[in-house]
Amino acid sequence: MSAFGLFTQLMQLFLTVLIAPLLMGWVNQCRSWLQNRKGAGIDQPYRKLGKLFKKDAVIAKNASPLFRGVPYVLFGSMCLAASIVPSLATDLSFSKAADAIALAGIFALARIAISLAAMDIGTAFGGMGARREMLVGFLAEPALLMVLFTASLISQSTSLTVIVETLAHRHVEIYPSMAFAGIAFLMVLLAENARIPVDNPASHLELTMIHEAMILEYSARHLALIEWASSIKLFAYVTIGIALFAPWGIAQSADWAGMAFALPILILKLLVAGFGLALIETVLAKQRIFRAPEFMGTAFLFGVLGMLVHFLLGA
Amino acid sequence: MAGQFINLLASILLLLAFAMLSQRRIKLLVSLFMIQGLTLFTNTIVIASTTGQAHLYYSALLTLSLKVVILPWILFRMIRQLNVEWDVETLINIPSTMLAGIAIVIVSFNLALPISHLAGTITRGTIGIAMACVLLSLLMMITRSKAISQVIGFLSMENGLFFAATSTTYGMPMVVELGVALDVLVGVLILGVFFFQIREKFESLDLKHLEKKEE
Amino acid sequence: MNVQPIELIILAAVLWIVLGLVGLAAGKHVGFVRSIVFPLGAAAGLVVAASAYFSTGIETEISLLGLPDLPFHFRLDALSAFFLMILGLAVFGISSYSAGYFRNEKEHIGTICLEYHVFLAAMTFVILADDAFLFMVSWEAMALSSYFLVTTDHRIAEIRRAGFIYLLMAHLGAISLLLFFGSMGGNYSFDAMRGTHLSGMQATFAFLLALFGFGAKAGMLPLHVWLPEAHPAAPSPVSAMMSGVMLKTAVYGLIRVLFDLLHLQLWWWGVLILAIGLLTALFGAVFSAVQSDMKRLLAYSSVENIGIVFVGLGLSAIFRAYAMNSLAALALVATLYHCLNHAFFKSLLFLCTGSVLHATGERNLGKLGGLIHNMPWVAWTALIGSLAIAGLPPLNGFVSEWLLLQAFLFTPGLPHSYLNMMIPVAAAALVLTGAAAGYVMVKFYGIVFLGQPREEKLREAKSAGGWERAGLLWLSSGCILLGLFPFFVIDHLAGVTDFLLGSRLPSADWLFLAPISSERASYSPILFMIVTLFATVLVFLLVRRFYHGRVRRAMPWNCGYPVWNARMQDTSEGFGQPIRQIFDPFFRIGRELPSPFDTAPKYSAKSEDRIWLWLYLPFAGIAERLADFFGKIQQGRILVYLMYNFVTLIILLLIVQ
Repeated sequence: MSAFGLFTQLMQLFLTVLIAPLLMGWVNQCRSWLQNRKGAGIDQPYRKLGKLFKKDAVIAKNASPLFRGVPYVLFGSMCLAASIVPSLATDLSFSKAADAIALAGIFALARIAISLAAMDIGTAFGGMGARREMLVGFLAEPALLMVLFTASLISQSTSLTVIVETLAHRHVEIYPSMAFAGIAFLMVLLAENARIPVDNPASHLELTMIHEAMILEYSARHLALIEWASSIKLFAYVTIGIALFAPWGIAQSADWAGMAFALPILILKLLVAGFGLALIETVLAKQRIFRAPEFMGTAFLFGVLGMLVHFLLGA
Repeated sequence: MAGQFINLLASILLLLAFAMLSQRRIKLLVSLFMIQGLTLFTNTIVIASTTGQAHLYYSALLTLSLKVVILPWILFRMIRQLNVEWDVETLINIPSTMLAGIAIVIVSFNLALPISHLAGTITRGTIGIAMACVLLSLLMMITRSKAISQVIGFLSMENGLFFAATSTTYGMPMVVELGVALDVLVGVLILGVFFFQIREKFESLDLKHLEKKEE
Repeated sequence: MNVQPIELIILAAVLWIVLGLVGLAAGKHVGFVRSIVFPLGAAAGLVVAASAYFSTGIETEISLLGLPDLPFHFRLDALSAFFLMILGLAVFGISSYSAGYFRNEKEHIGTICLEYHVFLAAMTFVILADDAFLFMVSWEAMALSSYFLVTTDHRIAEIRRAGFIYLLMAHLGAISLLLFFGSMGGNYSFDAMRGTHLSGMQATFAFLLALFGFGAKAGMLPLHVWLPEAHPAAPSPVSAMMSGVMLKTAVYGLIRVLFDLLHLQLWWWGVLILAIGLLTALFGAVFSAVQSDMKRLLAYSSVENIGIVFVGLGLSAIFRAYAMNSLAALALVATLYHCLNHAFFKSLLFLCTGSVLHATGERNLGKLGGLIHNMPWVAWTALIGSLAIAGLPPLNGFVSEWLLLQAFLFTPGLPHSYLNMMIPVAAAALVLTGAAAGYVMVKFYGIVFLGQPREEKLREAKSAGGWERAGLLWLSSGCILLGLFPFFVIDHLAGVTDFLLGSRLPSADWLFLAPISSERASYSPILFMIVTLFATVLVFLLVRRFYHGRVRRAMPWNCGYPVWNARMQDTSEGFGQPIRQIFDPFFRIGRELPSPFDTAPKYSAKSEDRIWLWLYLPFAGIAERLADFFGKIQQGRILVYLMYNFVTLIILLLIVQ
């Protein structure tokens, strides 16, 4: 564990946590533009968080300690996720603690935690949201793992940093299996981050919502932490996507110049990815909830196909 | 490098085959078929330029004109005239169809192994995929009930065959290829006539009406 | 005096039998049996675990008892020591818990105590046995004692039926095992079996018999049918023992046969085990998601976990058949680790359901809810168990799953192209099972412990007593420690893989788990937990420091609906509905929907196993018809019987002549 590794680690972690809401704001802003609206500006998530933190928390009278603890746990686990996904550099100290499989484990932990919290109050919406979230996760988690496995098969390692180093290899190599993985990953990203076509982040229509239904009972600082955690999650997913499918330009060794070079490239990629996400959300319509298993099942099978193609073509 | 690129195109073809398997909208199905033709065209060009087989350029051009321009144009026109632009097929359980598709991929790759050992082409790794594409198109025809999507399945099967031919032996003799192309074209035209007949008779293109015997 | 570990273990087993007899004799004094006998049994469990842990090499012992010329052979090697460790550790928790649990069993405490301790001793002897005779005797003793334990409440017809199915399946398995031992070249002691060389056909035959026999006990598809019947019927500590430990004896037996007794290995055996394991796992996961009875749910989850164990075992067998011993060792370590984990978390959850059952008298998920307020001890330990079984880091379930996935991922070109391609598909199915387990556990935990109480009486539910808490605490801390310090278990398992495969995982440092090399994969649960915990606490403190911790309590918001009662919550059927819909063809669904005009609407959904219909009912039909036929012969008149005798005698004489 080198000092430089620790430094890049902490820097990446703080940077990620701090700019994650910005990505969310950018996606929302792009969507507004695409839909001919003015939009609230890309700093809107920060203003919202600030407002929420200041408010008094209102909690249902039969809430258990679990309900109050979950937002913090959620935030903590997302911090870990953000610190092991290589976004700026691959020389990360914590990355040895958790590999690609553990990353899926972290997301599962967060998902189960929030679902349990949703069931804690015992309202109709909480239970419904938890059930739907678990349904989406039930198929999305394996799909994510399949994508990560395809990448691990290529790099012969499940360690995220090694995967990224292999994929960001100097001379360009084409991995056909990643084409399948890419499609699967995109579908997982949309589903896991409560985006159209699986869920609608802007919807508060009771019967269609998933993520929003779960966090209905949260308010003030708890809600702020959850919102922040979900923006970190989106950020983490987008950076995984960048790391797997467009890893060029990441700082591979312990040098300052590489880091300085990596940051603007990362920001550029994030801007493009955010715009792409907004575009997808604008052109697609939300599916019926009963279509969600089909959507996720397709993603899962595309992931499996990616692994198969790796074996078929040997790459 | 070229080998990798061909592999990529092959897997895109496989991807398209699966996308067709799970696509409900007929219009999008035609677009997918068009992209398939485009991929096939690119693939043929790449093979032609790496191996220096001049006749492959002609067949690439044939692919481009027939499968990317003419046939999709006919199909789109037909869809517009039959007024089925927004038709959505009732597919049962896409994931299980895809599971069957995965089984097909495994089987066809293993079937193709001996052929790939025999073939001396740079594309021999993709023979399994070509075979899978043919079988997947067949599977698609099985799971559909609308006449147009069956025709698309039939056409994409021909695409798979063409791909298999290019990857095993760098394509068929030009005469055969031209003949097949003409066959396909005429076939589509005749089927188009049939569609109108079917619709006139039953006011729908659903093939389940054909199951009933004439009284 | 120098006491060998094997002697200590045998002594502990004998002590269990003695304790059982003492308990039977003192059946009137419930307090004595509960707070003296059961804790002593728990202590003996700890002795077994400790001696098994510290044993090295192979120790054998020949007892004076047994048939003339056929003394019992005992043997303690690395494999049996590991399974005895599982047994001892689980027994310590479950027996401590039982000391509190059986407080209401005024009438049967004596018999329960006897059966329970005989059950423990029988399992110990199954694992220690080194000859077919002792093995079969203990195997049968195990089956019978557990049968009596299952039918403790034999006045309920349903429980009698469950017991009957259990006994039937146990005996089918036992017959198959008997045939297996018969097919091992006519040898009687395991030592002689190791030396016999069977031909491929004979070995395959023997293997299939063993697979059937042990599979029936383990709950392998399609022989699992007894499991979801027997587990809910038994008292909870017994379910915990059966699920946590007894199923493992079957796994032990299969490993013993496959890796030790049969010298031959065919690759397709591994494939068979792997395929059955996958089907079992997927089946168990899907079925546990739709259950409405909490113990049935856990029973199906046991089926799922046994499936996972079989997957690992099959993978290990495939690798071994191709002489890839280091990978075989990895898969086997994952398998054994999962056995240990399952003993902890499944026992824990069954005990938790026991406490819930005691406090509320309800097993039906539709009548529970909100117990986290009244039973915090049970609820929080159950949370640990549920998270562990869902395979979440940094708890123990994740470690074994992680190891198993590593084994799948680094399958470097098996020399068989179909197999090579099936491996990633199998990994995908395994991952799917893991995710389904998460679904099931959210359903289980959320419906039992969270939300509002679905019945009024639940508000008076009392938390578990001291003994129960001790047992729960032991098992739940086991889940945490096994998750955080996998190094020690894996280090210990090196002895087992050395013994069975002659290969071991490279020794790692205690912080990082890296089964192949740290370049390929590494995982550090401690670091994982420290970072997460640190971030969590830091955020908590920061929020308090910069903002405030003010809280107001109010009615739930619930989208503004003013009326709010417990019946508006998601039911267990509702929670299982998506899974039921996705996996519709798996089930035989009977559903009763109310019409819109019902004044007292009732909804019921029942999802049944199709295997009953396809496999068992035809057999049952044949058996019934045969019984009818024999019933006709049986007239009940003594003259007729004498005539049968007479005719038989004449025929025999004619033949013999």
